[in-house]
Amino acid sequence: MSTTAIASNRKRLLYARAFAGLFLRDLHVLRRELFPFIIRVCMNPLLFLFVFTYVIPNMSAGGHGSAAAMNPTAAMSGNAFSTVLLPGLMAVAIMFSGIAAVALPLAQEFGITREIDDRVMCPLPVAAVAIEKICFSAVQSVIAAGIVYPLAYYVPATHPTTHVSNWLFLGAVVALASLTAGALGLTIGTSVKPQQIGLIFGVVVIPITFLGCVYYPWAALTHIRWLQIGVLINPIVYMSEGLRAALTPTLPHMHPALILSMLVVALCLLTWLGIRGFLRRVIG
Amino acid sequence: MIVEILGLTKIYEGKQRVVAVDGIDLNVREGELYGLLGPNGAGKTTTISICTTRALPSQGRVRIAGVDVVASPAVARRGIGVVPQYNTLDRACTIFENIHFHCLYFGFSRADATIRTNQLLAQFHLSERGAAYPVQLSGGLAQRVQIARAIAHRPKVLFLDEPSAGLDPQSRIAMWEAVRNLRHEGITVVLTTHYMEEADELCDRVAIIDRGRILVEDTPAALKASIGAQRVYQLDLRNREELSSLVAQLKLLPGVTAAEVMTSGVRIFAHGVEGLLPDIVAAANPYGLRDFTITETSLETVFIRLTGRDLRE
Repeated sequence: MSTTAIASNRKRLLYARAFAGLFLRDLHVLRRELFPFIIRVCMNPLLFLFVFTYVIPNMSAGGHGSAAAMNPTAAMSGNAFSTVLLPGLMAVAIMFSGIAAVALPLAQEFGITREIDDRVMCPLPVAAVAIEKICFSAVQSVIAAGIVYPLAYYVPATHPTTHVSNWLFLGAVVALASLTAGALGLTIGTSVKPQQIGLIFGVVVIPITFLGCVYYPWAALTHIRWLQIGVLINPIVYMSEGLRAALTPTLPHMHPALILSMLVVALCLLTWLGIRGFLRRVIG
Repeated sequence: MIVEILGLTKIYEGKQRVVAVDGIDLNVREGELYGLLGPNGAGKTTTISICTTRALPSQGRVRIAGVDVVASPAVARRGIGVVPQYNTLDRACTIFENIHFHCLYFGFSRADATIRTNQLLAQFHLSERGAAYPVQLSGGLAQRVQIARAIAHRPKVLFLDEPSAGLDPQSRIAMWEAVRNLRHEGITVVLTTHYMEEADELCDRVAIIDRGRILVEDTPAALKASIGAQRVYQLDLRNREELSSLVAQLKLLPGVTAAEVMTSGVRIFAHGVEGLLPDIVAAANPYGLRDFTITETSLETVFIRLTGRDLRE
């Protein structure tokens, strides 16, 4: 082996160790804050499931018709809605973990504490520091999805119908969706001023959730054509539809190949934007 | 030379074009304690940011231990330790973990990282604080942790940006002590400061920097000697018309090496000669002498002599 090859191998080893060090640090902090992490992941889907798939169906099942009449969502009762929700809520948990794991801490690190300077001084390319954030966020997203699945299965009065025929496809969807969520968090965290990070909930998180085919399958939008086409720019759509295709294939869903390719496109685009923003923010 | 800076320029383009660093050439020898002294906004922090790969120069080059910081920033960072102006300790980790993870980032094994962390905590008298979180520390202690962390991977050069900003006098002296001790480890230190006492007390060599340029560079003793006077007398005068004739008159007094007009009166550089004080007072009285200050020559005097301004202005 030539000297340059040895030198570049050595450099790669050093980068790998620095990357592993950053990952270990994040893992260590997550382990210490595991309880608040679980609470954060559980709360939203738990309440959502409780009200829409347990409380409301029980109102209409009361039998006298009056409760059902008062309740316009009664039509959604039964196992269909819980089946729609299961992949949707998992997608929200994955997306939200990306924001909570990357965008919110970044706002703090860029803003008041300037802790980012410490991470940036690690002996590896700055872009790799950003990629580490995406990867670690993806780990949190996978855990979040794993926590939401049993909730979405067991809380509803009538359990959803789930069936996995292709585990590889499920794995690919979860991995791509989780990485995309981290890249989305990085893009948001680096493009929003630290003081305005609170705004992103109203301006970004809530709209992309409600218009992300979380509470309805994409195919159901067929009567509102403009919306059905408009939501295609929303990466959450492909996360929800991907999980729908992988976990609840009895419901209408997009073509798996389309889902995977759109997730890859979203991942590449958001990673590029996120790294560009990160470099701009940390290198003067 | 362990730090080589050649023709370094940094221009911030924008609505207002700012030339932060304007062609700096600088060389620091191995093992030296080198100071960049200048007022706020002189370009010290920008220079340090470029040297530590956190900013890109508009022109010029910087090599740290032979590695070009622009071409190979990741490699250069292995030889650099940084303590920025603000506290960048990892708030989610304890003091022990801050140093320990820093070692892991730089490729230490877990066992080596633990040994190194314990050794640094002892060296910086922080062993009892290992389990504390950064927010629980005073400014002085946090600064010491930052220095300990910055040298944990045994860098060749340590950059300290305004290390005593915001520290109380006692913490400042403790910090100076810690920095002086780094000399025994063979670490080269480059620090920026706008406290002339700090540069005088700590540094082997000092570069005085203003408006992005280096005005002069030498040992503190040589810089002070360059003034050619032991004391500076500042006269605050009510009547500031025709001060030039007063200056001419003062220059003739025995012991006076120089005199100049300033906004509030007159500044005199002189050796301590018996009878000089009454002569100055007598000469200045017709101009409405309001106040009178005498200071020993210091690096601040050198700065004033070079720029006509105070370091704090």
